[in-house]
Amino acid sequence: MSEAPAQQLEAFLQTVPYVRFLGMHAELAGDEMTAILPFAPHLIGNTMLPALHGGVIGAFLEMTALAQLSVTQPNGRAPKTIDVTIEYLRPGRAMTTYARADLRKVGRRIANVHVEAWQEARSKPIASLQGHFLLAEG
Amino acid sequence: MTADPLLNAAAEMATSVPQAAALGFQLVSIGESRGSIRVGWREDLVGNPQTEVIASGVVTALLDHCCGLAITAAKQERFPTATLDLRIDYMRPAKPRAGVVAEAHCYRMTRSIAFVRAQAWDEDASDPIATAQAAFILHGATPQNAPAPEAKA
Repeated sequence: MSEAPAQQLEAFLQTVPYVRFLGMHAELAGDEMTAILPFAPHLIGNTMLPALHGGVIGAFLEMTALAQLSVTQPNGRAPKTIDVTIEYLRPGRAMTTYARADLRKVGRRIANVHVEAWQEARSKPIASLQGHFLLAEG
Repeated sequence: MTADPLLNAAAEMATSVPQAAALGFQLVSIGESRGSIRVGWREDLVGNPQTEVIASGVVTALLDHCCGLAITAAKQERFPTATLDLRIDYMRPAKPRAGVVAEAHCYRMTRSIAFVRAQAWDEDASDPIATAQAAFILHGATPQNAPAPEAKA
């Protein structure tokens, strides 16, 4: 069981094609995960600034929530996103973005997850997400 | 190419922004405070390899981008904006190997803020896979001390 979270996370990151499209990966310290989105030109939404696309930031936050759930959900089936609310706080610059998810409540069927993304300093988040996810019934 | 500058701006916005080009967005239509964009299914955009359904993240990017297009339509010119917030409800997954169409309506615009609703569907507009509600700050209307506009397209 001790290796299960790392294996489940790896399975999630390696098998979801869209995760590879974003170029996202993650690091695990115990059950605490940090998702990492290295900058890539195809993630740009505004070439003048340049800035990451708002949709990319939202998608990265959502994938971080799903990745964190894959670490803690033992049955290995993918949760489904029910709703997300994304708040944009600062421009997403052309640099690496990090995110961490906080599982506020994991019930039998629903998980409530908050995610925060930052770049230069964790104390200066660029965006946050609150979402509900439907868990596969085990 | 058409002589309609709004249509040209819309087509460019829908397809030439790097993230939009990477996802293969195609302009469907632009009208009165409305815009519509389609994204085709692709193997590398799948969110669940068991079901081959397109990733919800792609739908998120599509809805966000489409909201920007609706603001362009409302402004009658390409207008840089920054998303303040975006709420998306996912009604159901798209069908396996299906592309997605989104349509957004900028239903209210103040001097500094645009309010937009959008929905996305795979086959039938009356049976949406997701709906969205978003607020955008209009570039150039940034209040002092507010975060710098992130501006997508």
